[in-house]
Amino acid sequence: MGGWAIAVHGGAGVDPILPNERQEEATRLLTRCLDIGISALRSNLSAIDVVELVVRELETDPLFNSGRGSALTEKGTVEMEASIMDGPKRRCGAVSGLTTVKNPISLARLVMDKTPHSYLGFAGAEEFARKQGVELVDNEYFITEDNVGMLKLAKEANSILFDYRIPTLTTCGGGAAMENQLQMNGLPISLYAPETVGCVVVDKQGHCAAATSTGGLMNKMTGRIGDSPLIGSGTYACDLVAVSCTGEGEAIIRSTLAREVAAVMEYKGLNLHEAVDYVIKTRLDEGKAGLIAVSKNGEVACGFNTTGMFRGCATEDGFLEVGVW
Amino acid sequence: MGWAIAVHGGAGDIPLSLPPEKRLPREAALRRCLDVGIAALKAHNHPLDVVELVVRELENNPHFNAGKGSVLTTSGTVEMEACIMDGKTMKCGAVSGVSTVVNAISLARLVMDKTPHIYLAFDGAEAFAREQGLETVEMSHFITPENIERLKQAQEADRVQLDYTQPIQKEVPKDAALADGDSQIGTVGCVAVDSEGNLATATSTGGIVNKMVGRIGDTPIIGAGTYANHLCAVSATGRGEAIIRGTIARDVAAVMEFKGLSLKEAAAYAMDRVPRGNAGLIAVSSTGEVAMLFNTTGMFRACATEDGYSEFSIWDSPTE
Repeated sequence: MGGWAIAVHGGAGVDPILPNERQEEATRLLTRCLDIGISALRSNLSAIDVVELVVRELETDPLFNSGRGSALTEKGTVEMEASIMDGPKRRCGAVSGLTTVKNPISLARLVMDKTPHSYLGFAGAEEFARKQGVELVDNEYFITEDNVGMLKLAKEANSILFDYRIPTLTTCGGGAAMENQLQMNGLPISLYAPETVGCVVVDKQGHCAAATSTGGLMNKMTGRIGDSPLIGSGTYACDLVAVSCTGEGEAIIRSTLAREVAAVMEYKGLNLHEAVDYVIKTRLDEGKAGLIAVSKNGEVACGFNTTGMFRGCATEDGFLEVGVW
Repeated sequence: MGWAIAVHGGAGDIPLSLPPEKRLPREAALRRCLDVGIAALKAHNHPLDVVELVVRELENNPHFNAGKGSVLTTSGTVEMEACIMDGKTMKCGAVSGVSTVVNAISLARLVMDKTPHIYLAFDGAEAFAREQGLETVEMSHFITPENIERLKQAQEADRVQLDYTQPIQKEVPKDAALADGDSQIGTVGCVAVDSEGNLATATSTGGIVNKMVGRIGDTPIIGAGTYANHLCAVSATGRGEAIIRGTIARDVAAVMEFKGLSLKEAAAYAMDRVPRGNAGLIAVSSTGEVAMLFNTTGMFRACATEDGYSEFSIWDSPTE
């Protein structure tokens, strides 16, 4: 045991009829990000630097729901949020309501490192970004054609579109059944939709860190904040473990999912895998979500109660896996 | 079993020499709010309604750092936040960056009841408030002369001030225990349980004096400043950044569940996760127990239980 470990995710809840080409794109991106993280770890970068680096890569790529490629609000704009946490002293930084910051995760890092606060949102966060001289772009930069199309569909369905709609496995016949199928956050049908991203790392010193970034829920109300920037819900790291979650934001918040993994390890003495299993099985009720986690001992685990989760993980002793289902 | 209720008006470095003209109005307000809560519980109102009602009262009182009387951002503006949670259903609502809504806690309640979301902030929250027809006013309504003065002092000292703090050295590391205080004003909260074991919590605040515009504290973060489940309901107050890192409210419930601790033991355990001088909390359990703990100089607090126990305190209480 011991040694570094890393996991990345591009969202929980995958449409089983997702086109192959899309699966391949996702797998390639996850592999690339994993490689970036692995190189960084081999170069002795600390966990906190690695998670930021990897999530920046995921934000910049338009494939998943973060940074460029973010889901759109009801107004057709992008409002991004992110959080980062450094296990050793449980330092953290979070941002919400970003509209021009190219890499939200880096701004979250700056909140952690350069302010007396832990969380900045909206105009105040943007102002801070300006003062820090981080790269700013027009809101249009983040908007992709795919997402414009998705928003339109979501409005037509007059419901909030979750990242990936998940078909429930119940087989029912008839039109009414359609309502029950392919649902996450009460949403119908499948098309591919972008996903929250995250990365967790334990470095050679046994220090854990976690980072999560997202554009949030498609067609969300302006000003809606989900689980990704909330410490204890979408992101958490302490001495023992680092966790990043994805899925139905409201369910993740109610179950304080990320903190839960650490809490059962701390308070019930479960190991990483037991903790992840326990939390996914018992804490989500009707909610749909997934998470990735690493422990200070160099273990890595992921769990999800959705049909799939875009993920990749690797450990120093040579384990490497990228998966969708 | 039986109902129980606790309210707080903020934890911090409340000097023992707090002059009567600063202490008495807050005492009176807290007692009155507790009475409002007790009457509501006796009338069999659901704890969720009770905590909202009590916190509305506290928000309307200019002596506390919530609603009217909220502390000011570095720009001299008001950005309020609030959070409410139902222990039985685990439904919750939170708002941040609210500047014109008279009762932020009621807006949080509406987010919980009327949207598919949990948390709305800034312009989006304000727009939703208007859609819902909530009472809104000019921001100046919330600003008191005392708070203008507090901001001035904080800016002169060029530091971030907690609700209750003492003027200190220039560089304030995030976890610095607060020293001598001139600002005696606090976040508010209420937790309640009825005789059926239904639990609820509500917290509301203006944040910290001289905070950066857009700064969000622990209050609206589920698991940090506010949390309720089937075991207990918790509302925390103090240095937001420390409460967030310590996931204080969640941890009280977690150690009750995972380590079998009693409410009071759990509250003490959670408080250990926060450096001295940084926080306080109130909590009630499903069986009608109450805990009120703090590691600051004091915490404005009051509680009552159905079997006749009641308490009002600011500094250390012999029963803690």
